[in-house]
Amino acid sequence: MRHRVVAVGLAVSARRGHLKVFIGMAAGVGKTYRMLVEGHAEQEAGHDVVIGLLETHGRADTARVAEGLPMVPRRRVRYRDTVVEEMDLPMILRRAPEICLIDELAHTNVSGTEHAKRFEDIEAVLDAGIDVLSTLNVQHLESLNDHITELSGVRVRETIPDAILARAEEVVLIDLTPEALLDRLRAGKVYPAGRIDAALNNFFKIENLSALREVALRQVAEEVGAKRLTTELVGSREESLAADAPQAVGERLLALVEPYPGTQRLVRRAWRSAQRLSASLDLLWVRLPGKELSGDEQRSLAALRQLASVLGARMFEEESDDLPGAVAELAGRRGTTYILIGRSRPARGLGRLRTPLPQRLMQRLPGVDVRIVAERSLRPSGENGEPS
Amino acid sequence: MSAGAVVAIACASALLGIAAGYWLPPHGLRLARNRIQGGRRILLPFTGEEISRRSFEAAVRLAKAENAIIMPAFLARVPMNLPIETALPVQCAGGMPLLEAIEQSLTSQGVPVDSRVGRGRSARDALRKLLQQEHFDRIIVSADEDQRGGLGYDDLRWLLARVPAEILILRPAPEDTRRISVEAVRGHF
Repeated sequence: MRHRVVAVGLAVSARRGHLKVFIGMAAGVGKTYRMLVEGHAEQEAGHDVVIGLLETHGRADTARVAEGLPMVPRRRVRYRDTVVEEMDLPMILRRAPEICLIDELAHTNVSGTEHAKRFEDIEAVLDAGIDVLSTLNVQHLESLNDHITELSGVRVRETIPDAILARAEEVVLIDLTPEALLDRLRAGKVYPAGRIDAALNNFFKIENLSALREVALRQVAEEVGAKRLTTELVGSREESLAADAPQAVGERLLALVEPYPGTQRLVRRAWRSAQRLSASLDLLWVRLPGKELSGDEQRSLAALRQLASVLGARMFEEESDDLPGAVAELAGRRGTTYILIGRSRPARGLGRLRTPLPQRLMQRLPGVDVRIVAERSLRPSGENGEPS
Repeated sequence: MSAGAVVAIACASALLGIAAGYWLPPHGLRLARNRIQGGRRILLPFTGEEISRRSFEAAVRLAKAENAIIMPAFLARVPMNLPIETALPVQCAGGMPLLEAIEQSLTSQGVPVDSRVGRGRSARDALRKLLQQEHFDRIIVSADEDQRGGLGYDDLRWLLARVPAEILILRPAPEDTRRISVEAVRGHF
């Protein structure tokens, strides 16, 4: 695919560059090495390749394979009382190569540069029509951060939105068995001798690496699935569906909650759906202006906030007497693709003449799915029957 | 009776029917939320992906006898090296389905339920925080040496010494291995 992209695209200066990401479960699996090898292959094919930024972490093999590829020197940026070296984005844009190799996609830039994050620098390079090869560890993906923190016990502060990876034309998984990675670590091929013991005792445990490998494999499988869906539909009658396909990778769910016990069931169901879709989950409680909460409602609200926090969902509390309006406003702001609501209270009096909430939401939010969550315990007993 | 009187009675009956239908809630749609306010509160804490059927049944019997609310509580543990407010999706992947299974079973038996999630450095710490936030009239736990969802003996000793609530500890019953587990969830949740 890479060769097709370069041959077709770069003659047109106005076209956006293509992004190829080498993803792996952890440091040391060989992402940077593989990126450099591909850089050489492109250079031998006659393309203008430069290294925009390279982090060798002192690895001799990596430094060796970088030889022969021109490198844009880093610039020195003053930050507080020190001088920090960062990628020189203006120089890369002036140099305007066909292909630029930029290591560590999730890096956070020091203040005083054009952008806060390296992925934003990369966006600028792509906008200039330059193809980019970059590297990423799976734990830097925003939606996986909580999951991996719990699996590994290490929270990674530098994250990138999943949409960045979803927009990449190619995602290449650099896979290595945990045992092989540990062998590389012990042989001093990942970190210098002084850091090996600490690494083995912290992040680089076989159970951590096995779990991370599984997450990385799943992530790439999902990316491939989403891209296949897009490719199959392009040019067909369902082109409009194809246009939606990349968005499906970035699903965002919104559950409407109220401070009463039954809401927790809705939140759990919404969370489970979010897990299945690899989506993030927001909760919204729209409070009537001036409404005082009873003691039970206050306790339910506290329990709801605690549940949201444990599940990694974000809870919003808005004051409004226009429920569909408040939902539509938040859904628009957060890019919601899916709204989950519980069963409505039975209407009384004039309320029966009003259009039901699901219909009002669908009118206000065309293109957003609305799901009414049923109470499973009310289902007639089938094979599952009574819990045993 | 004159024809006019019959018509008048028929009209009055029709108006009464319309008014009743207009103001009363639809039949059968009273939601559980209306039944859960107030009452005694029975805490049913658990830590794993299953709980003893005996402790569950004991909670149901008590709740029915006392017209009480059962509050199943999943106690999640945050490793020391992580901030206490960390999201715990991996533990929740086991705890939430069990919470769902317990709720479904209680609701189908007509017992009011109001779930909780506690978070702490240990199960005991999570329970302590939960007890600081809310009052419970009774706590039902199963003594569970292997801690497959219950609390260990040290935790039970602490519970008896420190917590101002009636505590019902169900001793292990090796012959009774019935459990409520995530398998009991009806359909996906």
